Amino acid sequence: MAKIEEYTPLVGQAVMDDLRLLGERLKGKVIQHINSTPVGGGVAEILNRMVPLLRELQVDTKWDVIKGGEQFFEVTKKFHNSLHGRPGEVSQRDFDIFMDTSRENIKDVNTYGDIVFVHDPQPIALVQKKDSNKWLWRCHVDVSNPNEKVWNFLMNFIVQYDSAVFSAPSFSRKIPIRQFLISPSIDPLSDKNKELPQEKIDFVLRKYGIEKNKPIITQISRFDRLKDPVGVIDSYLQVKKYIDCQLILAGGAANDDPEGFQVLSEVREKAKNDPDIHILLLPQNDIEVNALQRASDVILQKSIKEGFGLTVSEALWKAKPVVASNVGGIPLQIKHKYSGLLCHSVEGASFAVKQLLSSPEYARKLGENGREHVKNNFLITRHLRDYMLLFLSLYHPEDVVNL
Amino acid sequence: MSELTKASQPFRFSTRLHLSELTGLRATTLGQLLDLIKEVPGACIYHHTHRFLQQHQFLSPEPPNDFAYWITGVLGEDELGERLVSIDIMQYSTIRQLRDKIASTIENYLKDNPLAKMRFAGTGEEFHFIKSVSFIIPTSYVVYDLKEFSQVLKKITIESIYFHIFEARLRLEKPTNDFSYWIENSLGDKELADRISGFDPYTRTLEDLRNMIIRIVEKRISV
Repeated sequence: MAKIEEYTPLVGQAVMDDLRLLGERLKGKVIQHINSTPVGGGVAEILNRMVPLLRELQVDTKWDVIKGGEQFFEVTKKFHNSLHGRPGEVSQRDFDIFMDTSRENIKDVNTYGDIVFVHDPQPIALVQKKDSNKWLWRCHVDVSNPNEKVWNFLMNFIVQYDSAVFSAPSFSRKIPIRQFLISPSIDPLSDKNKELPQEKIDFVLRKYGIEKNKPIITQISRFDRLKDPVGVIDSYLQVKKYIDCQLILAGGAANDDPEGFQVLSEVREKAKNDPDIHILLLPQNDIEVNALQRASDVILQKSIKEGFGLTVSEALWKAKPVVASNVGGIPLQIKHKYSGLLCHSVEGASFAVKQLLSSPEYARKLGENGREHVKNNFLITRHLRDYMLLFLSLYHPEDVVNL
Repeated sequence: MSELTKASQPFRFSTRLHLSELTGLRATTLGQLLDLIKEVPGACIYHHTHRFLQQHQFLSPEPPNDFAYWITGVLGEDELGERLVSIDIMQYSTIRQLRDKIASTIENYLKDNPLAKMRFAGTGEEFHFIKSVSFIIPTSYVVYDLKEFSQVLKKITIESIYFHIFEARLRLEKPTNDFSYWIENSLGDKELADRISGFDPYTRTLEDLRNMIIRIVEKRISV
């Protein structure tokens, strides 16, 4: 894993100096992250990077994980879908299962941190152990239109925290605690985002039988209805009428998500007669994902809902033109017609893709602007800075803080 | 000559980092936007008139004004958007004055264009009010003369330049930007101070701003 000083050539010495200044201001504080899993999923991915980097900045950072059985995680998956506004009943029994496991965790998890930083709904009830230390709740989910029953249940816990953190302004509501906007980030030195030699990119294309002489449209995401992979194929088919192109739909296998297999089979069924559609299951294969993004002419992210949609930043960091839905955190990453194109429908997506494939100079400019925007706002160094400021804000309620 | 002049008080560069604090307040019509502009904390007005400068450095000069961007892009009231974009922020020395100007501009427009009240933003396109929380941290860079000053300007973060030029004047309500204040009061070079305070920093990218100040200072040193 990259060391903190390896980011200096990408962001500059002055940015690194600021990070160290903040680290000094947090001396003596223990920051304890708590989430539900050490591997898999976006939260674990970012914590795996953030925790060692914060330590390098002299911030005493720990990471603990709660326990839960299959039933508990089925319930929290239901919570997740309900918070995204998807229909589906959450019963009293579900709440009871959630509370039973939460009580076990309250008993077993030592919340020793000066600042306890809880991620997502699974460990949210731990706040009942709150003592004189500070507690933060980080919501990584799109809660712009949540199921009210689940949201109200979670609110019983949220109000006990000192502050909450959301990824997009549209997720915020009037709540009686401070709430901050902190976008997630990408790691420019990770396998998913680092520079790759052309030979590696060509190797991956050959491996999957993808041609280099036809434009490539790609969506990287797990096979989930919220990512609308079927809508992506419909968009591609509309483009294909006018431009001979290829489509790559690539994403991780969804072992913990039975619905994922159903979506995957629907997608395969829809794609089966078209050799130019490549459905690729790439579990944990970050280098190949990186190569496919770099080989693409246009990146799509036609999600119906997004917690944030970091695949957009990943693509923009590679200076790729992106067409993406105007949902969740995507409009923070794309300023329409400056750093990408936003869309609201299958037709809108295909129109935008056609525009970009037909106007390579315009597409190139959007990609370049996008890379610059990501450099300034969505790299892990900005995320580290925001987290350290967040920790400091717990001790400073004022709007202008002199440190 | 100024490069030989040692300051009576050194200049210590600070850096300014910020967090965005959500308020949960949102507007879908011009009327709601106006009501909220009148009542939200000054830190919100500051955020929505200055955020763009830092987040989209590479796109400036662009409207450093979220209200104008939303009114034009979402509500389609281009004329009002233009009036808001053209507010000369340099003329206002406090957030309160700036807030009053924005509010009266919208009010006057609504009087002349009552139909504009009927426009509303669709789901997902509402205006969300956000507060800017600033953290000001002194850096280790302390300078005593113009030569040292220009050398540090070359390597300091743009956040630091932003703080001393924009935030010190408007948010901390100082009479001028920090650089001009120091150059005039500690180096006694009023002419150079006036040159730096005499241009409109809102129409430049932060990197342009940095380069321009360095150029002016270096020219002064070489005289």
